[in-house]
Amino acid sequence: MKQQHPPRWATRLLRWYCKPSLLEDLEGDLNEYFQRSIKSNGVRKAKLIYVIDVFKFFRLYTIRKPEFITLLMNFIMIGSYIKTSGRSIARNKLYSTINIVGLAISMSVGLLMISFISDLLSYDDFHEKKDRIYRVNTTRHYLEEPVMNFASTSVKAGKKIQETIPGTETVTMLRRDFNYDATVGENILPISGLWADQSLFKVFSFPLLQGDATTALKEPYSIVLTEKSAKKLFGQMEALGKSLKIDTTNYLVTGIAKDVPKLSHMRFDALISFSSIELMSKSDPDFLSWESIWSNYVYILLPENGSIETLQTNLDKLSALENAAIQNTKNELFLQPLKEIVIGPHYENEIGKNLPALILYVLGGLAFIVIISACFNYTNLSIARSMRRSREVGIRKVVGALRGHVLSQFIVESVLISLLALLFSSLLFLLLRNQFLSLHHFISDLVSLELSAKIILYFVLLALIVGVVAGFLPALFFSRINALKVLKAASSLQLFRHVSFRKALVVIQYTFSLMFITVTILGYNQYKNFLAFDLGFTTENILNIYMQGNKSDLIIHELAQLPEITQLSKSRMITSLGSMYGSQAKYTNSQDSSNIWLNVVDENYMPLHQHKLIAGTNFKLRPKKGEESEVIVTEQVLKRFNIKDKDPNKAIGEVLTIDKKNLTIVGVLKDFHYGSVDKPIEPVAFLYSADEPSGYINAKISSNDWPATLASIDKAWSKIDKIHPLDAKFYNEQIEQNYSWFSIILKVIGFLTFLAICIASMGLFGMVVFTTETKLKEISIRKVMGANEVSLIYLLGKSFLLLLAIAAIIALPLTYLFFDKVVLTQVAYHKPIEWSELLVGSLGVLIIAVLMIGSQTLKVARTNPAEVLKNE
Amino acid sequence: MKGTNLGEFEELVLLTIAALINDAYSVGICDELEKQTGRTVKLGVVHAVLNRLEEKGLVKSKLGEATQARGGKRKRYYSITSAGKSALLKSKEVRDQLWSMIPQLSLKRI
Repeated sequence: MKQQHPPRWATRLLRWYCKPSLLEDLEGDLNEYFQRSIKSNGVRKAKLIYVIDVFKFFRLYTIRKPEFITLLMNFIMIGSYIKTSGRSIARNKLYSTINIVGLAISMSVGLLMISFISDLLSYDDFHEKKDRIYRVNTTRHYLEEPVMNFASTSVKAGKKIQETIPGTETVTMLRRDFNYDATVGENILPISGLWADQSLFKVFSFPLLQGDATTALKEPYSIVLTEKSAKKLFGQMEALGKSLKIDTTNYLVTGIAKDVPKLSHMRFDALISFSSIELMSKSDPDFLSWESIWSNYVYILLPENGSIETLQTNLDKLSALENAAIQNTKNELFLQPLKEIVIGPHYENEIGKNLPALILYVLGGLAFIVIISACFNYTNLSIARSMRRSREVGIRKVVGALRGHVLSQFIVESVLISLLALLFSSLLFLLLRNQFLSLHHFISDLVSLELSAKIILYFVLLALIVGVVAGFLPALFFSRINALKVLKAASSLQLFRHVSFRKALVVIQYTFSLMFITVTILGYNQYKNFLAFDLGFTTENILNIYMQGNKSDLIIHELAQLPEITQLSKSRMITSLGSMYGSQAKYTNSQDSSNIWLNVVDENYMPLHQHKLIAGTNFKLRPKKGEESEVIVTEQVLKRFNIKDKDPNKAIGEVLTIDKKNLTIVGVLKDFHYGSVDKPIEPVAFLYSADEPSGYINAKISSNDWPATLASIDKAWSKIDKIHPLDAKFYNEQIEQNYSWFSIILKVIGFLTFLAICIASMGLFGMVVFTTETKLKEISIRKVMGANEVSLIYLLGKSFLLLLAIAAIIALPLTYLFFDKVVLTQVAYHKPIEWSELLVGSLGVLIIAVLMIGSQTLKVARTNPAEVLKNE
Repeated sequence: MKGTNLGEFEELVLLTIAALINDAYSVGICDELEKQTGRTVKLGVVHAVLNRLEEKGLVKSKLGEATQARGGKRKRYYSITSAGKSALLKSKEVRDQLWSMIPQLSLKRI
């Protein structure tokens, strides 16, 4: 029978932890037991028992005690490691810089993700009782419609929970949609907030700076302002005890709350007592109905030892009782912990922000991949350079360094480098942070990415982990070096055996880099194209002013007096920004109706925007609302209904039915882009209106001093509307904003490109250094035999150029196909892809790569062969 | 040194060492104890006790020959010291004394 051995790793573990004086005896005993138990239990079980026994023997009396002298040695040596690491970093400036910069760039992404995720996770952390707060949500079943979950619930549910359900410490009710204009003396300012009852302050930690938290929200028509809104409304005046007027009702300011922190799922400028809305809704039968679950939020504070299960059972009972009394609808209440509101499942009618937890994993995963590849590059580069360091390690070992010492020396070095990288990446982080926040207002509204002690601690932790992970393999490699062999002949070192694996890696890295950079360039050109696109009318120097419910004639009257404004027109909406407004239209065939897009404009609109009339005229009549009889259509409309064989001149005078109104075509317009450029051109018609209170005024401006012009427009506006600030935007800027999603994607991809190129370049550099250093001897001999530098560079570089060529051959056609067949088919009006666009980026990346290869090979090719061969 | 008093299991181990004379090594002691007492004896426990006894100076040990079954490791043989002997004697004495105090009659009645 074959002799069986216990699991080797377990024995190794035993040897590692056991005291030397006990080890032999113990190991023998376990072995004897093992052999014995093979006979009675079989090999498999015997092995298991052996492993269990090894762990069982891990006791106080068996474990090796760290000796004072080793501790002291380690302590002293760390100082020495830091010193030698510092020297080695300073000596090889190029390699250190590449390592540090490479790690720093990837780490900055990690830092960004850490602060982003930590911000998301610390939402609502400022509430003292956060672990005991639950929100009551509603699941709604209505007939056969799909079941929906709402974050809101009914007032009745809140009341019932307050009155009948035991096992809650406090229940508080909130209602959204408090948006009014508040009058204080002369000032009228818009104010928005939440209706809330007096227990709000018992559940949540929104501290009051002034006023009494227990009574502030008790009486009807009392209002609690935040510091900021109090300042806005009352200026420097004491706000507490004053009153402000909304519509015709006076509200008494009963408290001033500290501003709501950014990381709060509910935000408000003001809190209005819930009793006010109860009084106001007295006559509304829906207010207290079990079915009106749309606007109210109920939060429960569980007692210290409260049971969530009992509470849920009670809620189920309540739901069942109430559902029995109504028809068609079933509303079931369920509880959601406060901490799962922001990062958690999405429910309808959220009171604030909500993100799926998946996003954390995706972002974390991305950062992880980036950092791991940077670590790998570090590892790669350090081992590639091992030739130079191996002699040092050999000497160390001869002088008495143990494996552990060498291991810790190299770990210390990589940790030192990653700490240096942390410094750089922190700077990068500060730059990136602003970029990241300004990507989209949603992001800047969501998180602040402020640095705090906790975050900095995480950063340092990340740097330490990166240092250890990146340095572990090289350290292990160096610690295994055989001192004797190394000192005899450095080149006898067995380095990587997996060279083909590394080549594949370089190809993959470069393929991605090339794809990213071409996508960026192609995307950027398309984006430019969108902005400069000929929409079929002009948008130059046109300011669109949102009317906000004002009489447009009054404003026009004021604006017309400004000399800088050359033309003025009115329109219901602004076209080419993606928003649509359409209706059904019919021609002679009453069965054939079709959707056409509309804009309602006045007679100045078309001249101002330089819309081209092909036939007919502008609006001639000036009808009142509802009496319109004229319409101006585009060529597409003629085509759609086949009016008079699409002949514009003959189409004049034909009657089109839009929105059940008969309208005579008075003009035919050249087609233009009503929707955004990525959609095809569709039929459009213009209707006439002299006044659109919820529309826009379009002002054509010719000015040399834009700020002054805008200031005078603002002044003119405030003469008419004292409450709302001017909302005016330039047409071109609006178009740019309309494509901002495109620029966001571009920015993100652009950054990824930068990262990919950095990582790929480092990977390649590592390979090149490795190859050239291992081939030093070969090259010297070749030189001695008469090879010239050029042929040597060719010899060394050709394999890398081949790798790059493979990457380019994979990447470019893939990107082309991806863009041509996937992306651009989504965009109706796009520029064709030019080969030059494809090549420019790749060329850039390849030049960097070739420079790297060239510089290294040149260095080797220029070395004095005598120097190298002498050392052998 | 913490008391020369012997625990019950310590006493058993010590007695076994004395009884086995020349074959008193951990596994052997373990086997013998199992045989004599009829209860399962864990190697880990025996090891811990042997270690403690040696610390107390009641036993001494030396390394013996290596065997195939032990993966080429040597056995550690234990033998009793004079301190161990006196500890055993003392505990026997205490027992005997107590036994002698029990009148035959009172035991029979139970």
